[in-house]
Amino acid sequence: MKTAEEIFDLLKKEFNDSILSIDKDTPTEPIISVDPFKIKDVCLFLRDNEELKFDSLMVLSGVDDANGEKIKDEDGTEIIKGGTLSVYYHLYSIPLKHKITLKVSTPRENPQVESVESVWKCADWHEREAYDMFGIIFLNHPDLRRILMPYDWEAGYPLRKDYKNPEFYQGMRVPY
Amino acid sequence: MGLLDKEFSDGNIVVTKVEDLFNWARLSSIWQLGFGLACCAIEMMATSASHYDFDRFGVIPRNTPRQADAIIISGTVTLKMALRIKRLYEQMPEPKYIISMGSCANCGGPYWEHGYHVLKGVDRVIPVDVYVPGCPPRPEALLEGLLKLQEKIRNESIMTKKA
Repeated sequence: MKTAEEIFDLLKKEFNDSILSIDKDTPTEPIISVDPFKIKDVCLFLRDNEELKFDSLMVLSGVDDANGEKIKDEDGTEIIKGGTLSVYYHLYSIPLKHKITLKVSTPRENPQVESVESVWKCADWHEREAYDMFGIIFLNHPDLRRILMPYDWEAGYPLRKDYKNPEFYQGMRVPY
Repeated sequence: MGLLDKEFSDGNIVVTKVEDLFNWARLSSIWQLGFGLACCAIEMMATSASHYDFDRFGVIPRNTPRQADAIIISGTVTLKMALRIKRLYEQMPEPKYIISMGSCANCGGPYWEHGYHVLKGVDRVIPVDVYVPGCPPRPEALLEGLLKLQEKIRNESIMTKKA
């Protein structure tokens, strides 16, 4: 069983610049920030290293940080320019009973993160959900298409903070 | 001696109107399309189970729209599902009836404001005959809805055109 600091030190030794920081002031667990284009290698290491054995990806979720510039659109609603979208990975080791949270941040205008589907199969649908709800592109994902919203949903990504509901979908009025 | 004297004495004849007979037959054997969407469907199942026994009204779930004359929309209608519901409804033969069960199917329920994915009332895609309020409605409420639907069928006329 290893603490978050020990895991961070191990990762820092192995990957150096790809491991960005560790945030210990969170109310829940410490969060390790990782380079979005190195996340697959880091996850592979976390899974296969004998001292870590993270064999379970408990959840992968997207977050809109909404830390960009908030400007008013022509119709008076708020839209966000710049800032980041994030993906959080909650990992657990069933044999060693320790856990860790990873985070990657990617620019809102061109959000790209490496897919970890090849590391844990369950990431397949989780990444599709993050893509569906936030528009985060997972590079090298084998089947990146919408999973919850209809395939022909053109109104954008519903969990982004500046999402606007469309007036109609397939002839059906959407607002109440 | 009258013409019909002793003709009905064995008691196997009932005198009624054809229309009433047909309506009585129709309302006593409502075959409902077995179709549930969300939590309301569990209440609908409870209504079908032995304790509330939907069967005693002649309600039998059928698993194809082509053999059903009623559909109970029980649960949250998402935009994605709404198109499928419409298709099922169109596959049902006339005359067909719709019970909208629960707040979600009636008006979007708790998703009415922030539910970007929910159709705010199934009557936006198909015509509803009876609305059953509640979230979810208890089986008694669904039974009441069915009785209302039976009342509607009893007073219908097959001779006059509806639309």
